[in-house]
Amino acid sequence: MSDISKASKYTAVYTAPKGLNVQIVRDISEQKNEPAWMASFRLKALALFEAKKMPTWGADLSELDHEDVHYYVKPVETQSKTWETVPEEIKKTFEAIGIPQAERSMLAGVGAQFESEVIYKQLKKKWADQGVIFCDMSTALKEHPELFKKYFGTVIPSHDNKFAALNSAVWSGGSFVYVPKGVKIDMPLQAYFRINSQSMGQFERTLIIAEPGSYVHYVEGCSAPVYKKNSLHSAVVELIALPGSHIRYTTIQNWSGNVYNLVTKRAVAYEDAKVEWIDGNFGSKVTMKYPCIVLKGKRAQGQVISIAVASKGQHQDAGAKIIHLAPYTTSNIVSKSLSKDGGHTSYRGLLKIAKGAHHSKSKIQCDALMFDDISQTDTYPTIDVKEQRVDIGHEASVSKVSEEQLQYLQSRGITEQAARALIVNGFIDVFVKELPMEYAVEINRLIAHEMEGSIG
Amino acid sequence: MFSIDNLSVSIDDKSILKNLSLEIAPGQVHAIMGPNGSGKSTLAQSIMGISSYEVTDGVVRFDGVTITNLPAHQRAQRGIFLSFQQPPAIPGLRVFTLLKEMRQTNAKESFDLTAFMQEVKGYLELLSMDHSFLERNCNDGFSGGERKRFELLQLLVARPKVLILDEIDSGLDIDALKLVAKVLQKVKADNPDLMTIIITHYNRILEHIVPDYVHVLVNGQIVQSSDAALVPQLEQTGYANLL
Repeated sequence: MSDISKASKYTAVYTAPKGLNVQIVRDISEQKNEPAWMASFRLKALALFEAKKMPTWGADLSELDHEDVHYYVKPVETQSKTWETVPEEIKKTFEAIGIPQAERSMLAGVGAQFESEVIYKQLKKKWADQGVIFCDMSTALKEHPELFKKYFGTVIPSHDNKFAALNSAVWSGGSFVYVPKGVKIDMPLQAYFRINSQSMGQFERTLIIAEPGSYVHYVEGCSAPVYKKNSLHSAVVELIALPGSHIRYTTIQNWSGNVYNLVTKRAVAYEDAKVEWIDGNFGSKVTMKYPCIVLKGKRAQGQVISIAVASKGQHQDAGAKIIHLAPYTTSNIVSKSLSKDGGHTSYRGLLKIAKGAHHSKSKIQCDALMFDDISQTDTYPTIDVKEQRVDIGHEASVSKVSEEQLQYLQSRGITEQAARALIVNGFIDVFVKELPMEYAVEINRLIAHEMEGSIG
Repeated sequence: MFSIDNLSVSIDDKSILKNLSLEIAPGQVHAIMGPNGSGKSTLAQSIMGISSYEVTDGVVRFDGVTITNLPAHQRAQRGIFLSFQQPPAIPGLRVFTLLKEMRQTNAKESFDLTAFMQEVKGYLELLSMDHSFLERNCNDGFSGGERKRFELLQLLVARPKVLILDEIDSGLDIDALKLVAKVLQKVKADNPDLMTIIITHYNRILEHIVPDYVHVLVNGQIVQSSDAALVPQLEQTGYANLL
């Protein structure tokens, strides 16, 4: 991937000092005019964060320095950045993968007027008429306090893990989505519509509640690289799929090479509900992310489809967790990983079937594709089954793009780069098919762009 | 005109082809015969420009242009097609995706998907293949016969000017051989100027496609060149007296 480590100047009205302490957490809460219960929630979480040890499993986090991170940066109201100040490499990548100008400006943090704002206003009215709430988390806390408090932190409690505790202490930004009973939102809700909010915060927190019989598809991120000045991104995403509802959550993220991306995502699916995580991970220095679905009610269904791409100096430690707690529940995991130029991918998965979750079915497929001998891939599947009457399938494969394959395609008039892209696109097709059209197109371009930087 | 002039080729510093020369005029069919290990496949791969083969000396010219140092994809774009003896499997890459990519990359005319699909459908009929073949992954789980037919399908899509068939006949039964001959007749009918190199060590295929010239390759050198009359003679005597 292009080197996008050079920053342009960033203007902020309030920046917390580096490091983390009680005063900083209090300040964050005050800056946001939060109720007392939230301030107290944050402080408790801070204590948990400080008490918890760094994880010793998974990716190497030894170079992550908690003292060298700004935990809160309040962005300026009217942004003073201009397109000219956006790093050249980021612009080039945008062009290479064909991101529209308007979207590029927004992604690069340039405050600009563009058409989607108009579209967004129209959509917002339509959603509001149906009782749908789609806003940023701080707004939700102010305007829908009961609803917020009822569900916030119920799926991923602060003590879940060190980084969930961190997020709980310093969270800022993220989306709040509430879909009333029986409402089916016919187009994906996209975080980038919320142009004036911190849709791509560093410690954002997203909460989606789908009432019985409702449907929502939420899309976060896009295939363009997101430059982060701070090297730590630690989000928490909680999904609540009430009986008979369906939540699909699509993530495409492409972080710059200095970022530690440590994200906790978890969903609870009640009776006859369905949850799908579609998760694409590009870039970053280290990613640790294992979207989880707890199948809590009878016949609930869960699906996790993910791809991870690791290049030089990158470790993508990703996977999925499914916990079957009720009978007749089904789950499906498809994990695809690509490693090149010395990149490292790991699949880490957990499948748990609790006693009583009889007639559960689960299918796991993880495939790794490597581009050279210096890249690395490994799998850590954990399967824990406490019930006899279940049906489990597990398949794993590791393959390497061979010189022979490339030469064959080259002999058909196809350049080496295009040949690599063809092989990769075939490999990740199962993932791309799940994406909304415009994202599928972007991903294909992104892959082609990634292949350009690859050494043969 | 396609010509090879004093070509020497090595793999891993081991000399395989030694000062080999060959000239093919438009419309001609040349057969290259010879025992195993004589360098036949090396010749095919070197003409295609496969990078594992190092040309240490000599020149390959096509249409007046020296192509000796061009990468494989540029040779293909100029109209050279090699049918592989052992094509590799490419899991995940669909047959139709490859065919479409080949046409979009190589053809001068603008690409029309509907017309292309219609064209491919015709090729499948010619090859007695089912439409579902297009949805399979390239050479992945293909039988020997399916691999050969896929090479022929690509040949039809490629519409080459220079065609190299590397043991297209190996492992084929008589019906499959006839199919190969039928495809070649069609390709030749569409392009009478087609220059063809057939590499084989059996004469069976040459009963169906009569070559203008037959060259015997032994130890990386052409030791005998003649017209098609040489074929039955080789059948009787074998290569032993030429070694």
